[in-house]
Amino acid sequence: MTLHLKNLSKHFGGVHAVSNVSFKIQEGKITAIIGPNGSGKTTLFHTISGLYSADSGTIHFNSKEITNTSPSEIARLGISRTFQEVRLFKNLTIKDHLEIAMLKDDEKLLKNFFSKAHDTSRMHGILKLVHLNKPLETCATDLSYGQRKLLDLAVAIAKPHTLLMLDEPVAGVNPQLRKEIREILLDLNRKGETIIVIEHDMNFVMGLADHIIVMDEGKLLVEGKPKDIQDNRKVLEAYLGD
Amino acid sequence: MINQYIIHILILIGIYIVLAVSLNLALGFTGLLNLGHIAFFGIGAYTSALLTKAGVPFIIAFLAAGIFASIFGYLLVLVTRKLKGDYLALATLGFSFVVYSMLLNLTSLTRGPLGIPGIAKPSILSLVIKSNSAYLIFVALITLVSCIIIYRIIRSPFGRLLEATRDDELGLQVLGKNTFALKCKAMMISAFFAGIAGSLFAHYITFIDPGSFHLAEIILVLTIVIVGGIASFKGSIIATAVIIIIPELIRFISLPSTLIGPLRQVIYALMLIAILIFRPRGLFGRIDLE
Repeated sequence: MTLHLKNLSKHFGGVHAVSNVSFKIQEGKITAIIGPNGSGKTTLFHTISGLYSADSGTIHFNSKEITNTSPSEIARLGISRTFQEVRLFKNLTIKDHLEIAMLKDDEKLLKNFFSKAHDTSRMHGILKLVHLNKPLETCATDLSYGQRKLLDLAVAIAKPHTLLMLDEPVAGVNPQLRKEIREILLDLNRKGETIIVIEHDMNFVMGLADHIIVMDEGKLLVEGKPKDIQDNRKVLEAYLGD
Repeated sequence: MINQYIIHILILIGIYIVLAVSLNLALGFTGLLNLGHIAFFGIGAYTSALLTKAGVPFIIAFLAAGIFASIFGYLLVLVTRKLKGDYLALATLGFSFVVYSMLLNLTSLTRGPLGIPGIAKPSILSLVIKSNSAYLIFVALITLVSCIIIYRIIRSPFGRLLEATRDDELGLQVLGKNTFALKCKAMMISAFFAGIAGSLFAHYITFIDPGSFHLAEIILVLTIVIVGGIASFKGSIIATAVIIIIPELIRFISLPSTLIGPLRQVIYALMLIAILIFRPRGLFGRIDLE
């Protein structure tokens, strides 16, 4: 068991963004959390990763309770995530991004005072994995939107982790890149990665996920295998309306 | 006479390089919009002056100036931890006014507006740095060591984390980095060097009063950093020399002495406006002033 949510709730004033949500994430599988816009998927991600504090309920990660723990502490425990909108350090290079993600001791000033250049072979490996063919010294602002999406993914992969949480990894990208990202995620899963993907496009996750959780109006509507979800009446209603 | 004047200018340039480069570490490299840097300069100057007057050896007073300023740097980050951008700028500006008021009103300790006269020239072991030429060598050495340390910091993986904190604090937190600790360390290092610059200033001028650490000085140091370029190490050094020297040129114009001071402020303001219009990134800046 990697991640276990029990009766998790989060509200903003009178809006119940996440309401009494419980589920378990299976290790080594791709789980997709889907639902229409405003169904609470991103709020759920933010609450798991410590950006929002939960109003009630618990979150356990690898048997350790992480409810309302700080984002940096949760990240250090092994959860790696991306955001719906690409968050990169705009004045830093690809190499800088990957080193920040990979190094554990870079916060120690004295230890790093005379540090030398790091081995770039792993960085090249990660860039190859995400199909990003750009020199390491390229600045983040010099990348196209699609390339920034790939760098964002590369950073999440480079950070030491046991769970990868991706918030709409294909939002705003062209069909070709969408296909590539799908292949990248399947490839990562074949290498043993446990992945949670948020997506509102059902078609994208159908051939990708092993397990699907459907959310609507902050509640867990239904969960199950893709083929069961695809024809579920409640799911169709949530997407298409009554 | 001319030589002495040039030595005086070079000493000031050295002191202000330490002050500007250390401010750029917090403001440019870490993104902490700190308008209270001059307070650390004042804290360092008063700490060093008071300690040496109490009989403490210069070298201990000099280090204490940096350490004491550094403690204030930590406290400043602690109380402003929830603030960002303009709010942080206002809070840190407020901090500089609080320190100024303390220097002015704690008369039993600081003699208030009367200032502290007769601050001893530095003596290290049995060597007393009496002449201005010797003081220039001493300042040059401290400036060089300070610049090397700050340069190493900004080029290290730690320095890269400071830049990442500036660019996207939340993005860095989800990579497992403690951005509050990073900001504390950056501000403490920045304040430390401002503190030792204050000590250098106090033991050179041999008289300090609260007026030396007030609004006009904040504007001067900020102008240096903005003209040189945000997050530009080289820019801060070159801009210090330019901004210290240019207003000195008006000494050679026959103007009443009452006009020289205000005219300097006008020159700083014009330089700042010109840079913001024509080169918003400063002379050597890599990033935009936001």
